[in-house]
Amino acid sequence: MNITDLTVHELIDLLDKKEITSQEIVKAYADRIDEKEKDVQAFVTVTTDDASKMAEKIDSEGRNGKFSGIPIGIKDNINIDGVKTTCSSRMLENFVSPYNATVIDKLHAEGLISLGKLNMDEFAMGGSTEHSYFHNTCNPWDLNKVPGGSSGGSAAAVAANLVPWALGSDTGGSIRQPASFCGIVGLKPTYGLVSRYGLVAFASSLDQIGPLTKDVTDSAMLLNLIAGYDEKDSTSVNIEKKDYTKALVKDVKGLKIAVPKEFLAEGVNEEVKNAILEAAETYKKLGATVEECSLDIGKEALAVYYIIACAEASSNLGRFDGIRYGYRAENFDNLREIYINSRTEGFGPEVKRRIILGTYVLSSGYYDAYYKKAQKVRTVIRDEYQRLFEKYDIILTPTSPTVAFGIGEKSNNPLEMYLADICTVPVNIAGVPGISIPAKLDSNGMPIGIQLIGKHFDEETLFRAAFTFEQEVKFRANNKPEFKK
Amino acid sequence: MENEKVQISDEEILHIAKLARIKLGDNEIQDYKKNLEEILDFANIVNSVDTENIGETIGVNENYNRFRADVVTNKEMRDKLLQNAPSQDEGMFRIPKVIS
Repeated sequence: MNITDLTVHELIDLLDKKEITSQEIVKAYADRIDEKEKDVQAFVTVTTDDASKMAEKIDSEGRNGKFSGIPIGIKDNINIDGVKTTCSSRMLENFVSPYNATVIDKLHAEGLISLGKLNMDEFAMGGSTEHSYFHNTCNPWDLNKVPGGSSGGSAAAVAANLVPWALGSDTGGSIRQPASFCGIVGLKPTYGLVSRYGLVAFASSLDQIGPLTKDVTDSAMLLNLIAGYDEKDSTSVNIEKKDYTKALVKDVKGLKIAVPKEFLAEGVNEEVKNAILEAAETYKKLGATVEECSLDIGKEALAVYYIIACAEASSNLGRFDGIRYGYRAENFDNLREIYINSRTEGFGPEVKRRIILGTYVLSSGYYDAYYKKAQKVRTVIRDEYQRLFEKYDIILTPTSPTVAFGIGEKSNNPLEMYLADICTVPVNIAGVPGISIPAKLDSNGMPIGIQLIGKHFDEETLFRAAFTFEQEVKFRANNKPEFKK
Repeated sequence: MENEKVQISDEEILHIAKLARIKLGDNEIQDYKKNLEEILDFANIVNSVDTENIGETIGVNENYNRFRADVVTNKEMRDKLLQNAPSQDEGMFRIPKVIS
């Protein structure tokens, strides 16, 4: 038995039967990281020494709950008390978090053990993890390809068995797209379901924390752990706590699934398109109703996204001024120069580009034409989803129009990189939940993901549909990353 | 507005960068200007959407104003917070002289 091959629910079974200890699990992951991290480079900070001590304590004192002694990886924009939170930026290279994010408090209360902080695009801005200040992360299926982004470290680490599961954050697809590129499961929960307290803000009206896991069962279990109202996040929603694992049933009979034709049109890779059509056939065969529909908002949603996300980012990132925390330039003559020089030297090019775009759309003379208009179009997009969800339970689309691309292939063309987010961004604009699950490999052996989109706070139907597909297709049982060089 | 190409002058990009407290090097100005023009050209699609009588979506939840008592919490964290300060003195953030 290879411990790092197992899902979390399999590890829990072994812990329950006392066939394995938490120390053995952590040791297996530490060894795996020693062996594979040099190829994948998923981490910014590895904390396996602390993890070993935690595991020893849990083994000697006894487990206090189902998840006690299970390790996890955390995207490096989520705060863990006493550990660096760098956001993969020079700006926060030496920032040690003085407090826990709410999701971390919840995980610690259950006895979960962090293995370290995972690489990302700087401040979560990007779709390839190439905008990390520290290093690129490589896709475990082909090390010459990007893992996607911005949660590329989280997705690559789960796919390469460097962590059993991980947390990421998703503002415009940053959990689902890397999950799709790396052949794993990634969920962006409904906006407001998971507390954002302690997540370094990028675009506050779009950001959500969510799970990246080996399978749908683990995804439901991790959502159980992190979901819930938090008074420290004024946008978190006070709804009744659910047990999402109850939705893991292999049955889609009577489920109404819509396939928007615009998401299979021009620009979508032929093999990706075929994978979606095959998935639609699979669902039909299993008893769901599948219909083609129209949802013609892709480009508008993308435009709204880049206006609103950059506007919010330019405001959120105003706090990095070289005074209270973060990078301070060495050379300055006055206060204004501290601000300018610290920001100029501390932020990378993509972050500056988005701050400048955001500052532009919020500046006097352009505010109405861009920002206010975008917020109105956001309403139109939400209404379009609502209209579809009056008739359907689930919307099926690609997660990304393409599979993982080569490292360096798109990094010089910002607009082209932005257009690749067209399938995931509308979901954040509407605030609804979306899950990416692996469907098959393309002719070059790269994973293709399908995206299922659900109604606000209806993660159960997503899990039911995702679980049914997973049990039928058995992607994980049949395919393994090859670390192709 | 949809059909006109967005054009941004050097002065305009420098003004925006100044508002954002970011310095653009001489070799960066043209790059950032070109990127911004291209992205704004694309973003102008929003102007082709009819939004007559449509309200703005500020957040996706309905109740975005949530009030709480104005009470200081986490006071005990001061020393911990100051550990991340680039420069500090007697429990305060240290900055250069503001009025000369």
